[in-house]
Amino acid sequence: MIIRGTRLTIEKRLVPSSSAYLLIPIFSIFMALLVGSIFLYFSGHEPVAVYYKMFKGAFGSRYGITETIVKAIPLTLVGLGVALAFRMQLWNIGGEGQLYMGAFAATWVALTFPEGSVWWVMPAMIALGMLAGGLWALLTAIPKAIWGVNEIITTLMLNYVAILWVDYLVYGPWKDPAGFNFPLTAVFSDAATLPGLFDSRVHAGLFFGIVAAIILYLVVYHTRWGYEIRVTGENPGAARYAGMNTTRNIMLVMLFSGALCGLAGMSEVSGIGHRLQHGLSPGYGYTAIIVAWLSRLNPFAVILVAILFGGLQVGGFIVQTSGIPSSMVYMLQGLLLFFVLGGELLTGYRLNRVPATGEATK
Amino acid sequence: MNTDIAIAILATAITAGTPIMYAALGEILAERAGILNLGVEGMMLVGAVSGFILALHTSNPWAGLLLAMLAGGFMALIHAFLTITLKANQVVSGLALTLFGTGLAGYIGKSYVGIRLPESFRAVPVPVLSDIPIIGPVLFNHDPLVYLSYFIVPALWFLVFRTRAGLNLRAVGENPAAADSVGINVFRTRYIYVIAGGMLAGIGGAYLSLHYVPVWVENMTAGRGWIAVALVIFATWNPANAIWGAYLFGGLDALGLRLQTLNVTVSPYFLKMLPYIFTVLVLILVTRRNMLSRRGSPKALGLPYDREER
Repeated sequence: MIIRGTRLTIEKRLVPSSSAYLLIPIFSIFMALLVGSIFLYFSGHEPVAVYYKMFKGAFGSRYGITETIVKAIPLTLVGLGVALAFRMQLWNIGGEGQLYMGAFAATWVALTFPEGSVWWVMPAMIALGMLAGGLWALLTAIPKAIWGVNEIITTLMLNYVAILWVDYLVYGPWKDPAGFNFPLTAVFSDAATLPGLFDSRVHAGLFFGIVAAIILYLVVYHTRWGYEIRVTGENPGAARYAGMNTTRNIMLVMLFSGALCGLAGMSEVSGIGHRLQHGLSPGYGYTAIIVAWLSRLNPFAVILVAILFGGLQVGGFIVQTSGIPSSMVYMLQGLLLFFVLGGELLTGYRLNRVPATGEATK
Repeated sequence: MNTDIAIAILATAITAGTPIMYAALGEILAERAGILNLGVEGMMLVGAVSGFILALHTSNPWAGLLLAMLAGGFMALIHAFLTITLKANQVVSGLALTLFGTGLAGYIGKSYVGIRLPESFRAVPVPVLSDIPIIGPVLFNHDPLVYLSYFIVPALWFLVFRTRAGLNLRAVGENPAAADSVGINVFRTRYIYVIAGGMLAGIGGAYLSLHYVPVWVENMTAGRGWIAVALVIFATWNPANAIWGAYLFGGLDALGLRLQTLNVTVSPYFLKMLPYIFTVLVLILVTRRNMLSRRGSPKALGLPYDREER
């Protein structure tokens, strides 16, 4: 195939380029920032100054770094959850809703047993948070597994339902009577609060992310079940032919995927808010989709990319004081994903320079 | 319930369903060509905000509508380039388009939030027809975009099922290799219908900001783009069927709004959940029905076409 007007040909690679795995994300970040700077420039901002301020805000101080980690915790957990589902070509777009349901269930434990001891309240919050997130995802997995109902739409629709459900609670029956009419519940007891770390807002939820990444790595790459998931994702026909129970695997994978998102919700209310509140997630469920894709579904890469996106979130928050809308962060995230997708072509193809006089035409 | 309230609900069902219908018609075209575009929500939002800003500055909603179409088409072009030319994963590219569109619309619309449009699309009763009892006020006392949709639905049905171009379109979505071998330009066909789909989504978004609300609010589509994607399955990829689904969802919206004003004891949060829960339930029923009657999606939907792998 010839690109018109040039002497470059595109050739298909037999084995994807390995150096491209690292180059594409770097190239994509650069390009996303470049295109983003056009929007910044035309709305009257100095792009370089804005980016510098964002970077400095996110990584340039102790406070910035700890805040970045605070944002990276839910992004890691939800990122791991959706990456597990994506691995099987299950498009779980419902991380946001599953996070809210996990937060709801954990809050129920905390509010119902304010006198409970930490030894059982905390495990109960973790267990019920994961269960609620998992069951919320299972609601879409069952029709998917049995009738092939499109899970993209159903998981996304349930996001709205979960957010409205939490809104109903914090504006209604669970509203803190001493909360000056703000949409939030009463503060949790100490037993229901995850301990803080490094004398900052970082909390023990950090370990959830790390432990979950290790477990997922072992399960996906070193167990028979993990092998089944990978095969089903890459070739559903072969999986069925080999006698793998796809119906059961769809349900299990979505259950675990939702459970991780639910755990993220639990750690947000228990570690950060210490109460359930309106708008508890600034779209972690959606950002995590990009985190998962950018890390090529590798559990350890998810942690690194989550830190990067946590930093983007913090940086975006910092520059809001200069009058830049928070939506800029989502615009940059979308652009980044465009370039990653476009760049993936480079892993499968190679550019060849052909002598200008040669018989290069086909 | 007396007839006046029933008429009001039915008329609102049509206005509430119209933006979803435009977006669903656009998605039907793209999917018929074999390209799944999950960026409908993003395209609608960019259409809504760009249309609103131009309509505000020119005091001309038609100018806004035109820009909304162009903006929606441009958004779709990004998706088309990524998925058709670069053969990127259509699901992820569509999600990226929605995230990007949501962010972009929020970014450029920030200083316009809450301003009321002085010149929006207004209802223009059709002479004679609007005097027919019941049918008149329900169908013929609307804004021009509703009337436009009455023409676009049959026109698109005719295009898809009764013309040579429509046959080519369906061939490209069902079996691109075969279509290619008889001389149909698969890539061009896909580009055309994906972009046309984006333009229709842009109209759907602009309908919200130029008539239905008519102000710009961040995320004002509130999932309507996704409901439109579900509606395509409901309509079994047939433009003529989109009309029933859209008005059904519109009716649910209208009913929810009406119940809130009637002091019903149900919490408004539960009423707001209705369209989303309804979408899930309908999708389950429709998928089962389509499976039993073997009415499926276009065979090549979601698959990139690569001439080298023919």
